[in-house]
Parts: sequence; C-alpha cells; structure tokens
Amino acid sequence: MSVGTIAVAPSRTVSPKQIGIAGIVLAAVAWVITIPPIEVRGMAPSVVLAVFAVAAGAWSIAGGERKIGSEAIIVALFAVAGAAASVNSATATLESVFTWSALVAATLRYATPLVFAALGGVVSESSGVINIGLEGMMLMGCFWGIYGADLLGSWVWGLVVAMIAGGLLALVHAFFSINLRANQIVSGTGINFLALGITGYFLEYHYGPNGTPLNISQVPNVHLPLIQHVGFFGAAFGDANLMTWIGIALVPALTFYLFRTRAGLRLRAVGEKPRAADTVGLSVVRIRYWAVIASGMLAALGGAYLSVGFVGSFSNNMTNGRGFIALAAMIFGKWRPWGALWACLLFGFGNAMSDRVSSVNPTLGTLFEALPYVLTLVAVAGLVGRSRPPAADGIPYVRE
Amino acid sequence: MSLLEEELHAEADESQGAAATSPAALTAFRRGASGVVVPIITAVIAFIAGGLIVLATGHNPLTTYQSIFNGTGLNWLFPWVSGSERATAATNLQQTLLNATPLVLVGLAVAFAFRAGMFNIGGQGQYTVGGIVAVWVGSSFNGMPSLLHILFAIVAAAAAGAAWAGIAGVLKATTGANEVISTIMLNWIAIWVGVYCFQLGGPLHNPHMSSTPVSNSVVPGAKLPVFWGSAQLQGLDVGIFISLALAVVFGLLIKRTRLGYEARTVGFNPDAASYAGINVGRTWIRVMLICGAFAGVAAALDILGWKFSLFTNDIQVSQIGFYGIAVALLGRNTASGTVAAAVLFGALLTGTSDRNINLSIDPTLVQYLTFMIEGMIILLVSTDVITLRLLKGGRQLRIALKRKPAEKPTATQGGAS
Repeated sequence: MSVGTIAVAPSRTVSPKQIGIAGIVLAAVAWVITIPPIEVRGMAPSVVLAVFAVAAGAWSIAGGERKIGSEAIIVALFAVAGAAASVNSATATLESVFTWSALVAATLRYATPLVFAALGGVVSESSGVINIGLEGMMLMGCFWGIYGADLLGSWVWGLVVAMIAGGLLALVHAFFSINLRANQIVSGTGINFLALGITGYFLEYHYGPNGTPLNISQVPNVHLPLIQHVGFFGAAFGDANLMTWIGIALVPALTFYLFRTRAGLRLRAVGEKPRAADTVGLSVVRIRYWAVIASGMLAALGGAYLSVGFVGSFSNNMTNGRGFIALAAMIFGKWRPWGALWACLLFGFGNAMSDRVSSVNPTLGTLFEALPYVLTLVAVAGLVGRSRPPAADGIPYVRE
Repeated sequence: MSLLEEELHAEADESQGAAATSPAALTAFRRGASGVVVPIITAVIAFIAGGLIVLATGHNPLTTYQSIFNGTGLNWLFPWVSGSERATAATNLQQTLLNATPLVLVGLAVAFAFRAGMFNIGGQGQYTVGGIVAVWVGSSFNGMPSLLHILFAIVAAAAAGAAWAGIAGVLKATTGANEVISTIMLNWIAIWVGVYCFQLGGPLHNPHMSSTPVSNSVVPGAKLPVFWGSAQLQGLDVGIFISLALAVVFGLLIKRTRLGYEARTVGFNPDAASYAGINVGRTWIRVMLICGAFAGVAAALDILGWKFSLFTNDIQVSQIGFYGIAVALLGRNTASGTVAAAVLFGALLTGTSDRNINLSIDPTLVQYLTFMIEGMIILLVSTDVITLRLLKGGRQLRIALKRKPAEKPTATQGGAS
C-alpha cells in the first residue's frame, strides 16, 4: 500500500509577527527619510508612513503579537516626533549633525570600550558568575593602563599593566563570589566602589593636582592606506584606533571559542548546569575563576582604551557608567558576542548623536546626553526581545 | 525561636543556593541573631584594611584616623573636651548630623527595597529628581505660610522621587526588567535632566545669575529652622528630626503593616509569596514608590535645610545615593542599623572633608579612602562568612555551655565551618 504524497502548498499568508516587524521598519523609514541624505522637507510622507506603521502594529497586536505590535506603534510615534524635529530644523543644521562618515567614526570610538567590557561580561556570565563589577574593572584598567604606559614608556606595557590590574580586581570578585558564595550583585557593587577609591587615591597620590602628564605613549590609529582618503569610507573607517579593530576581531574569535571549541563548551556547561559539569569531572571553581579573571582583563582593556587609546590622560571616574552600559549591551545582545557588538554599536551611536546635537544646540545637547542611557533602559525593559541568561547565572555553586 | 529551630532553619538556608544569598535572606540571618556586633566588626575590618592602604602609601594610619575622628565632631560627646576645641567640635558635629540626615533617608530607600528582594541602586536619581522639584517649589510661591510651604516642598519632592523610582518598579513588574540596570540608567537620566534644567539657558535656570548654572534660591519662608548653631554658618536644622521620625515610620511600616509583611515575604521568596496570594508585581511597584519617596524627602531636607539652591555641579558630583547603599547594607536594612550607619558615614564624610584643617593627610586622598572603605564594607556584607563563623562559633559555644556537665558535648554541630 503506497502512501500517496500530498503536496501541501506552503502558506501564503503573512504572519502577524512579520506584519509587526514590517510596521517597525515602516516607522523607522518615516523618520529616516527626513534626515540627510534623503532630507524630505515636508511632514506628509512621514505621517503617511507612520499611519501605515501604526496600522501594521495594531494588526499585529490583534494577531497576538502584542510586544512587536506595540513596539511598532511606539517607534511610529517617536518617528513622527523625530520627523517633526528634522523638518523644523534648518538644512544646514541637519547636514552638520548627520555627517554620516563622522557619525560612524564617532560611533566606533564610543563603542570600542563598550565592546571589550561587554565581551568580558559575556565570558563571565557564560560561566555563571554575574559581573556587575565591570565598571570597576574598566576603571582600574583606565587608570593603571595610563600609569603603566607612563611608567614603562610604551602603550603596550600600559595595556599589559591594565590587564593585570583588571585581573587582580576580578580575582577579588571571583574570590568573594565563588569561594565565599557572596551575593554577586552586592559584591560587584562593592568592587565598583573599591575601584573608584583605589584609582582616585593613586591618581592623587602619584600625580597630584596636576593630573597625568601630557605626552604619554598612546595606542596608535590604524591608517588604512587604500581607502583612507576615499570619501565616506575613508572618513568613517580610515583612521580608527588599533583597539577598535582588535575589539571587533575579538567578537568572531570569542564566538568561535565559546561555541566551537571544547574549552568553550566546558565554560558554558559550567554556566548552564554546573552540577552536571562537576559530575563529569570539570572543576567548576577553576573554570569560573578563569572566566571572571578573563572578564576583568577584557573590561580593563576597554577602560585602557579610554585613557591610553583615546584621550591620553586620566581623570577621576573616567568611565562614568560605561561599564553598566556594557552590561546592558550584553543583556541586549542575549549573552552572545555578536549581539553584544551590535548593542555596543547602537549605544555608541547614541553617544555620537548626542555629541553632534550638542555642537549645534548646546542646551538640547544636554538632554541628548541622556540618550545612551534611555536606549539602555529600552533594551533592558526587553522591548527589543529578551532571552534568558545562562541557567546557573548568579547562583553560587555548592559542592556536595 | 528555640535554639534547635534556629539550627534547623540555618541548615535549610545554607543548602538553598540563590535563596540563601538574596539580600533579604542575607541580612535577615544576621539581623535576628547578632544585632549590632557584626556591623561593628564589618566596619572595623574595613577600616583596618583602609589603614593598611594608607600605611602602604607612606602615611601613618593612626594619626590619619585620629585626625579624621577629631574632624567628625564626635569628640564633642566627650566631657573632657572644652573651650575652643569644644566649639569647633560642636560645629563639626552639626555638620556630621547634617550629613547624616539625608543619608538615613537614602539608606532607608535602599533598605526597604532590599527587604523586598530588590536592589534600589537608583537612590541617586531619585534624590536628584526630588531635589529639582524641592528647589523649584521652595523658590516659588513666595508668601505662602512657612509651615505649609515646607510641607508642600517636602511632599512634592517625595512624589517626584516616588515617580522616578516607580518607573523602575513598573518596568520590573511588567517586563521583568532587571532593576539594577534600570535604576542605574535612571540615575544618569536624572542627572542629565537636572543639568539641562539648571544650565545657562535651561528652563529652571536662575535668570538673575546669568553666568552661573544654578537654580533659583529657596525663599526665606521655606527654609527649615536651625536649632543648633548659627544659621549663617550652616547650623543643624530640624530636618534631622523629620529624618529620624521617618526612620521610625520605616520600622513600623516593615513590621506592622500589611505592605511591610508582603514586602518581606516577596523578598524572601517571590514564588512562595505569589502562591500565598500576594500580588508580587504590585508589591514591587509599591515598594519602589515608597523608596523613591524617602529619597525625595532626603533631597528636600537638604535643599530646605542648608543648600537653598542647586548648581549643576552639585548634581553631577553628588554620590549620596551610593553612600546610601553602603549605609543600608551596613545597617542590615533595619531602621536602627541604618540610622547608626548613617551617623557613621556622616561622620566619615565630615572628618574627611576639606573643612577639617587638622587633617594630617591630603583631604582628596582621604575622600578616596572613604570610597575604598565603603567598597570593602559592601564586599564584606555580601557574604555570609563573618556571620557564619561568628554564629557557628557562638552557637557551638552556647550548645556546649547548655549541656549538663555530666554529658559530653557532641562534636561538630552545624556542619562544616
């Protein structure tokens, strides 16, 4: 008896989810057409697109996709507001704010420290240890990096010293979190204070009121010879810092390590099911220690970029909350390196935008300074999709 | 609770992993059993460690701590201190208590959240928002009767702080957003909103001060009366009584109201609380609202008591929210502990400020020393270790002592130590 094959035509109807996503895209386009290079000067097209976006969002909600549908509506509302702002600004202002090549270059500069720290967060949390202390480890790297570069004469040594400093602070966090089974969020907060105190103390102690000297060796920019002077790409990518490229390169490297090597598998196992890993013979404690120390070193490199790579000096509390933004980027990126990279780029873009707006309108620019933090809030609220952290994240492992 | 029940509860706690290390559980374990001893030991250890760092950088920790202590004004309490020394100590003590006033409230803002199982790192932002509203209300409505004006300002600031904290609470209840990150982000957003308001050309900028980014000044009718010291020299105002009264309110709230009960239950185990019929999300929101209100009142007391106006610089350098975290943790999230810890930190801040001319060490260095000590206190509080060691040692001793002399005490009660 043969079983007749019945060819079933694939469904041709579009799912509510797809409609919702289309709504979000339409809403984004509603705003994008009013800024350079398209620069539509009337509100009509934006409003029309926004109406379609809201309709798509409503349809999506009716079809059951509440989150995506409401996102489409919210983005549409913001897009109309943004379009109104663009249309009411002078063309010259718009052009100076939205110089895309400069925006991209600035985005890369702002994102670099975040990328290193976020990758550090991914490593730590993949092994099951929450690392709220990323901010403190970044700060340690920021100060000790420039201290090392000053003392030992070159930026390479500066980075090495930064990594050691970050690693040492991470060691403290690891000891408290793993051995003493502390509450990891509280101990991370303590780490941040400790770092603030240590870096400020030694900054004052070693350099006094004048601060760090002026001509310390800095991480060089990479001048890409072929495209450096070629239009958009030249201005955007032709002169990025070496650490930016290292940071970006680390993303596929870490992805490969975590998901394609045995060591990475062990790390993730320890973060997901430590008891199973322990039964198989893995040392949960040892793997977590290495993960936390590595995360400290990575975060420290991110902080070192700020001082040794970009500004060339250190001032008190220089990281100013970047560690927390990196943490949010990690969450936004669903605890994956590539996701974290895109999130860092987005937050870097927010920073870059606020800079440009400040240069044309200082008063408004102050409000725009809050933009990265607002974006982070949106991200953490899960408005852009949320996934779960590693199963054993934050739970101290008790050997039985 | 009998000794045996205590023992059994302790065993159960330790094997529960995350539940045993939630802030509510951590501090409860120590709260019931050890009262004041562990916080003191924690602080002492942190001070010793700080002293080691001072030593490592070539200064004498003993003279440093001595000069800090003399700067706190606590030496006013010693009857043998007299004359001009006593007068200086008096002014210093006024400063200490002025510092402690908002610290109590911001500490309570953090403590209440901890008891409900949440990390309110947003005290800074709630304080900032409360301050913006307080200075606006205090500098407007000239001619309002004094008591009404002050009340209005305090309530408005409380409402603003509550709303700010409520954002994080609502996000947590509806989307599950981690309140650690959301409150930290709200801190930064509040700071930038504040800078925007009072910068040159900002909406709340004082039009008479065209080159200074500052708010309008609080009108004389809205200033809190000073009862000790001179009003011109920043004497102690009645805000401290308001602060202490609210600490009592906190204690009553936690122990004797339904909200306090629900908050504590949710803090220990949200799932069990939900099973018992408590609306966990609504509890979170209510708790955050109250926390924000406390922080807002703290700002109002500062503004109406001695600040009288807000500079954008004040907003950007203030760290009070973070001191509040250390205060709450050191005070084990209780009313009395928070007050004591707030006085300690208030004293530390006064003693390490640049007003203290007797400081044997550069004041800037000492300010960072304070951060390090804070950090160590928080680290030590994050673990059970000290408590476990103490309590296990204490319990074994008590068990051994309670046994009749004829019986041999059984070895190793309470597992590994």
